[in-house]
Formats: sequence, structure tokens, C-alpha cells
Amino acid sequence: MKRAGQAIYVSGLNVSFGSFSVLKNLSWLVNFGEIRGVIGPNGAGKTTLLDALTGKTKFQSGDVFVRGSNQIKDLKESAIARLGMGRKFQKPSIFAGLNIFENLEIALRSGKSTLASFARLQPSERETINETAALIGLSSELEKDAGTLAHGQKQWLEIGMLIIAKPAVILLDEPVAGMNAEERIKTAGLISKLKGPDIAIVVVEHDMQFVEQVCDTVTVLHDGQILIEGSMEEVKKNSQVVDVYLGRDANDA
Amino acid sequence: MLRSSEKYALIALLAGLCLIVLSVAGVQTSTYVMNLVGQIAAFSLLALSLDLIWGFCGILSLGHGLYFAIGGYLVAMHLVKVAFEATGTPPDFMLFMGWDALPFYYFGMENFFYLMFVILLVSFVVSLIFGYLSFRSRVTGVYFAIITQAFVYMMMLFMFRNDTGFGGNNGMTGFSEIFGMSFRENSTATALCGISLAILGVALFGCKKLVDSPIGRFMRAVKEDESRLRFLGFDTVHVKLLAWCASAVLAAIAGLLYVPQVGIINPRVLSPELSIEIAVWVAIGGRGSLVGAILGAIVVSGLKFVLTGLVPDLWPFILAILVIGIVIYLPNGLSDGTKIIGLPKSNKLPNFLQKFKP
Repeated sequence: MKRAGQAIYVSGLNVSFGSFSVLKNLSWLVNFGEIRGVIGPNGAGKTTLLDALTGKTKFQSGDVFVRGSNQIKDLKESAIARLGMGRKFQKPSIFAGLNIFENLEIALRSGKSTLASFARLQPSERETINETAALIGLSSELEKDAGTLAHGQKQWLEIGMLIIAKPAVILLDEPVAGMNAEERIKTAGLISKLKGPDIAIVVVEHDMQFVEQVCDTVTVLHDGQILIEGSMEEVKKNSQVVDVYLGRDANDA
Repeated sequence: MLRSSEKYALIALLAGLCLIVLSVAGVQTSTYVMNLVGQIAAFSLLALSLDLIWGFCGILSLGHGLYFAIGGYLVAMHLVKVAFEATGTPPDFMLFMGWDALPFYYFGMENFFYLMFVILLVSFVVSLIFGYLSFRSRVTGVYFAIITQAFVYMMMLFMFRNDTGFGGNNGMTGFSEIFGMSFRENSTATALCGISLAILGVALFGCKKLVDSPIGRFMRAVKEDESRLRFLGFDTVHVKLLAWCASAVLAAIAGLLYVPQVGIINPRVLSPELSIEIAVWVAIGGRGSLVGAILGAIVVSGLKFVLTGLVPDLWPFILAILVIGIVIYLPNGLSDGTKIIGLPKSNKLPNFLQKFKP
């Protein structure tokens, strides 16, 4: 049932806050090699899904497997991350008081044990940091405190931290929120560069154009359940999707 | 942040070594000045220890007096034991209890190396247990600060008991000699002051190396965004415990240096007021600047020595005004102030000083 090709396998997932049920018996599959978009109206449960996948929110019932058969239930956030789950938050989450180089350095050490992560940097590791900084366009500002960067640059830095940490599964929560058209194009390029047969990328985004540009398949979440899954073409044609986005009740149509 | 921590560390170390040489050579100094400087050096070390976790790791302890007291009480036990070995009579506080010998836990305390071992062990183990339980349960911020304070207060109440063998409310005093040097000799005060300064210098150097190392980077990352570190796959408990235990051991060493110089220890060192004062030193001096923390300890305790003599009733108000003023005008403490008076260049002056900018 759980093959090696499966990056994320969710089965019967329930998340509720008090009596309010956010994710309802959700089952979902993401394979390696794909870039998956997750869209849906506000309150559909997109961010909650990412929270459950990364251990930020505990789920009441169901199973979540990462990279084949690794059950993440009851694991701490750090243990889940060590299984290869990397996440970019909606609000850029970087170390504001550390400079760009140090931010990337910490992300680079993320796969290691605590003691090993205290070791001095190898020349090859410095090289990797410089390469990644070049990739995200921050080469000339390595010494700058991350907190002084522009909003778009912070987003890129956080993506850069994911690139350098090399997770097998990357979850991106609204990677282009607050970006202008030019920055969006650059971000789309970055994400496309990440794509590979051993990596699965999940993009939660409101910008449909962006989703269409970078994602292979799209999952539409509505009210804690999957409404439809398929290519952006199919999804756009689906009348249910139009209805939930316009706020119309399906029964009215 | 001052970049010259190493320079100041070297100055403190050299000054300390000079005083030790003077002491050995038998040069007369002012015992009062030596005691004052030595005590302030011990306080500076204490401030340094708090800055390590508060300024760099973002963990505020309002109970660091506990670790200071661990070092202080243990060295007092050593001094009492030495006096007992010389005279054969227990100190007054035990005679009052009707005890004619020291309790069993004074065993071996006359040996200085054993004492050092016990100080390091006790401060390490206590901080490890306390830190592990708190950090594992993710107690942070003000909640952690309150728990540290409650713990130090609890220990103060315990030490106020007279039947513990630690002097109760009167504290432990009546020390006669240390390393075979009588406390009546001027050279002893000089040597203790020198040792305190030298250790302060070494500690400052070590702390600078620590915060500049990869470990220091992780400490600052914990302060900036602990959950981001977790989502990158790091168990932040390890980093926090490391910084916390190192800080506790440093504070205990400060206590070890302090007590022989004042000649007494009582439960007052465990009072919440002292622990808050440590935080005040660091806040005034500058969190996140090692030299700043030391500067804060020197300025505030120096002012306290002078002003509690001149206007004792006004001291709490002066301290309060100082704290409020610093928080408003110099959020990063006096370490910002050294930039203002023009030593290293800075482009971010506080607003009220902008007009003086050249």
C-alpha cells in the first residue's frame, strides 16, 4: 500500500479545534516528482493541513505517512523535519537578527545531529552557501541582517533555507503573497528549479495564475475535504469549484 | 555590540595577574579598594552569566541568585571546615544549635579541589534538571522567569531555617583563612581581588569565543525564532540546555569568588531582589553585549556602593529612574551609550541625540 514513490500519504485525517472541525476525514496522496498546488477558499483548511503535516497541530485521528512508511503521528516538529519535511511559512519565518550567511548556515546544518551541527564549516559547505545565495539572488548581501531585507527577499531567503536543507518534501505556504509581478516570476523560476524525481513540492497559494504556472496537479480543498483533484484546466472547468470560490451554495446552482 | 571583548578580557586578566604578583611580593594596598574591586568583579561575572542566556539565547532568568548562592554557600562550607580543622570548635551558628561537630555533608570540604568539583557538579546538575524539565515542557518567556523566581524564593525560605547546617537566618561567617592565608592580611584581599579579575577576564574571553562559535549562532537563532529552528529539524532543548548550564556554572563561580571577599553569606543572596538586580545590571549595560553586561554591573553596583552610603533611602528610586530612562532612551543599554560618546562609530543614534550628531 505504501510505496517508495509516495511522498505524503494522508488517510482519514481529522483535525478539530474544540467542537469546530477543520479537516474532515481527509485522505490525500502526493507522489515524488510532482509539484502539487493546493487551493481553496479561506477557511478551507489549507494551512491547517500543512500544520498537521509538520507537527505544529496535533490531529485527533487518522494517519500521515511521509516518504513511504514513516508515520508522523505523535512525533515532535523537529523529528518530522528530520524525516525530510521542510516548510515555508505564510509569514516569512527567518532569523531576523542573523545575517543571510548565518541563516543559510543554520539551515545547511539541519540534517545533522546536535553535536555535529556545532562543528566548524567545511570549505565545501561555504561553497554550497554561496551557491544557494546566488540562486536566490542575495549574494551581494550575505553580511546583511535578514531582518533588514525587503519582504520579497525574505520570502526568497526562506525558500533558500529550504533548498539548502534539502528536504524530500517541501511545503510552501503562500510563497508569492505580497510580491509584485516581477518577483512572482522569479519565485516561479526558483520553485521550478527545485523540481526533481526525488522531491515532492506542495504549494498552497491564492494566486491562480501562479499555481497554473508551477504546479502539475491541483487539489481543491473546501470545508475540510477534497472537492476535486486534477490539472488546472480540469479544475477551472469544474462548476463546483467556481461555486465555492464565488461563495454560492452548490444546492442553489 | 562592542567588537573589543577580547581586548577588555586581556586587560582584566593582566590587571588580575599584576595584583596577584603584588600580593605575593607583599606590597601594601588598600584593603577597602581591593575588596570593592574584587566584589564588583564577581558581580560582573554574574552579569556575564545572565547575559549569556538572556542576551544571546533569549531566556530571562529572574532567579540566577540561586546559582550564585550555590557557589557562595559551598565555598562558605569550605571556609568553615578549614576554620574547624584549625580550632576544633564548630562555628557559633552550630554551637547555638548544640552541635559539637560538623554535619556529615561537610566531609572532604577542606580540600579545595574537592570543593571546586562539588561546586561545578551541583550547579551543573541543578541547572540541568531545572532546565530540562522547563525546556522540554516548552516553558518560555515570562512564565519561565516566574518559575526561576519562585524557585530562588523557595530556596531562600529553606535556607532561613536554622537546622540545615548552613547558618540559617544569620548566615555563615567567622572564616579565618583561605589557602593558608589569613583574612586579616592585606595581601589576602589583594590576591582575591586579583584572582577575581583574572577569572573575569578568562570568562569574558571564553564567552566571546562561545557566542562567536556555531553554538552561539544557534543560541541567537533560538532567541530569534525557536519554532523555525524546530521546523528545520533541530531539537532546541539541546542548545538551550547547553547555554543554560554554562550560565549556571559561571554564576556559581561568581559566588565562589564573592563570598571569601565579603566574609559572610546569608539567605539574602537568594532573595528575589538580588536576582532581579542581576537582570537590571544586564538590561542597563546592554543585553547581547558581553562587555555591556559587565559595564552594567560595574556602573550599577558602583553607584550602589556610593549612594547607599550617601542617600540610602533614595537608592531604590534612583535605580528605578535609571532603569526607566535606559529602557526609553537606550533600548540596548549602555553598550549603545559608548557608541554615542563617540568611541566606535554608529549610524543609529537614539532620536534625542540626533541633533548632536557631527
